[in-house]
Amino acid sequence: MEVMDKLAILADAAKYDAACTSSGVVRGARPGTIGTATNSGCCHTFSADGRCVSLLKVLYTNHCCYDCAYCVNRRSNDVPRTAFTPRELAELTIQFYRRNYIEGLFLSSAVLKSPDFTTERMIETLRLLRGEYRFNGYIHAKAIPGADPGLTYELGLLADRLSVNIELPSESSLRLLAPDKSRSAIFRPMAQIRDGAAQSTAELKLYRHAPRFAPAGQSTQMIVGATPESDRHILTLTEGLYRKYRLKRVFFSAYMPVSDHKGLPTPAGFKPPLLREHRLYQADWLLRFYGFTAEEILDESRPNFDAALDPKSDWALRHPEFFPVEVNRADYEAILRVPGIGIRGAKKIVAARRYGPLSFEGLKRLGVVMKRAQYFVTCSGRMLPGLRCGPDSVYRRLTGLEQAALGAGESWEQLSLFGGEGGTA
Amino acid sequence: MTAYRYDGTFAGFLTCVWDALERQTEPVEFLLTGGGASLWEERELAADEGRARRLYAALAKRVSPAFQALIARGFLTCLPQKELDLLALIRRGLREGDRVRLDLSDPVMARVNLALTKMWTEWDHLKGFVRFSELDGVLAGEIEPKNRVLPLLAPHFAARYSGERLALYDRTHHEIFLSDRGRWRLLPAEDFRMAPAGGRERAFRAMWRRYYQAIAIEGRLNPKCQSTHLPKRYRHVMTEFITDGEAERGLPPGQGSRPAER
Repeated sequence: MEVMDKLAILADAAKYDAACTSSGVVRGARPGTIGTATNSGCCHTFSADGRCVSLLKVLYTNHCCYDCAYCVNRRSNDVPRTAFTPRELAELTIQFYRRNYIEGLFLSSAVLKSPDFTTERMIETLRLLRGEYRFNGYIHAKAIPGADPGLTYELGLLADRLSVNIELPSESSLRLLAPDKSRSAIFRPMAQIRDGAAQSTAELKLYRHAPRFAPAGQSTQMIVGATPESDRHILTLTEGLYRKYRLKRVFFSAYMPVSDHKGLPTPAGFKPPLLREHRLYQADWLLRFYGFTAEEILDESRPNFDAALDPKSDWALRHPEFFPVEVNRADYEAILRVPGIGIRGAKKIVAARRYGPLSFEGLKRLGVVMKRAQYFVTCSGRMLPGLRCGPDSVYRRLTGLEQAALGAGESWEQLSLFGGEGGTA
Repeated sequence: MTAYRYDGTFAGFLTCVWDALERQTEPVEFLLTGGGASLWEERELAADEGRARRLYAALAKRVSPAFQALIARGFLTCLPQKELDLLALIRRGLREGDRVRLDLSDPVMARVNLALTKMWTEWDHLKGFVRFSELDGVLAGEIEPKNRVLPLLAPHFAARYSGERLALYDRTHHEIFLSDRGRWRLLPAEDFRMAPAGGRERAFRAMWRRYYQAIAIEGRLNPKCQSTHLPKRYRHVMTEFITDGEAERGLPPGQGSRPAER
């Protein structure tokens, strides 16, 4: 089979992996090598579904000995199968990289023969790329659950980031849909990667040339909407993953109907829950950058997101006692809680008010968008002049803004703005 | 009422600033050598390297290095009449000191900052969206940016491909970046044409296009989201959006990537 055909098959088979980030590690030019890496990563193009394409994302092979119901590459699915050779893949990566098509390689794989055998083939490819081809750019590799820890360690020495997909948000769903994978087999490599990275950081403080293990950390992904877990369950799990396993990112992937397994939603007429995925990413941002906890965003009395409102506005409306926030005096953390004000806006406000007090006019010139924020802030003790509103009308106006922003028109199912998750941030 | 006429270089601009500070004049516009006539009394100055260097050093010493960088980067933006805004900032900086940089709600400062944000966005986009073709052992490409980002892209590509020979042409500002195994320079260039691609180059382009098509998920097609992240004005030089025939005929003109009107 031609490399072109292999590429088409193995890229198609890898496309359901949401992560395509190249962030988290800085590496300048090294003599005799090709490539660099930057902390914020870099998007090289955006696919027709609006997702960032940063890395050459392919499977080593789509021959699989597992039969996970939600996966296109499951053993029982009738699709063309193939595998790269390590040299074909290394050559392709370098040639794409030289033309600035990509930031590096994202190497995943179906399980060929056994987890160990698969990991060995992946190591062989990365060794060729790092060694003979002197590649100094970004590599993201998938750790295969069930592989020997020694092999996973070797993989982590060659890659910048490792990831293990937890696939489904609960053990019962996993047992039902992925009979060959167990929850412990997934969490074991995750813990190993965490500990390996911590040990490597400690050693680097002692010896400058200590081997670097997965310097850009690890990420994971789970499928949303294939199984019955609540948003709160997923968000709490996410928070736990950040805390316990020190993950850099958790990705969510709206289930695409790829199978008619009886434990899964029927493919006919099924719409992937894109809005739900979007809300989860918004909440994920609140966890990572805005100082929110999962419990604040969703609790027992409210286990699922309001489809009509973003989680930050939703929190603000449920906590009238917190507002209004005085922009000239409040802490950075309090300003961050205002709907419509993001990290950049909050930083600008804190910098600009050192020069002199800010007015609503001044806020606008700073580039702070007031559409949402106006209901929640005061400037020198005053609300925006002429603003009249009660709690109900604010809810109506915020949901109106949200609907317009999503381009949802009449129906919440027709969405146009998102799908851009998995970017470089 | 004076209008300054200068050669468009940073040194030329700083020479005009020196003159305006010395004569305490408030110019109404800046014009380029060879450009159209002005309604106002014109004052044409040749770039004075010595004065420019002294003034440039004074910006760092008397205000701050960050302020100096703000002026130098601001000069690369496509903000119309950026010279007037930068002159106003220099006046304030020399008078009030580095505090000026905090006055983000000042109209001039806000305008310059917005232009800078847009320029850095374009720079960030182009780090990813530039496409090279291997032609006779040289990796060559073209861009058509609104802002003059080539000087900012140069160190990035020189470091990334430190073992390669590179040529990247800016069609808007008629400037070319050349790098030979990590050593690079920028040169003015009126015209630049890429040679036709050979078979091997075409094969890699075809594979990239095939890959690009394969990774989109049909159930999530979203052209609006795609355009938000990858504006259409970049696409006429990107391999995955053009055919080899289009690349061969020379690149079609872009949409709206002309230099700022003066």
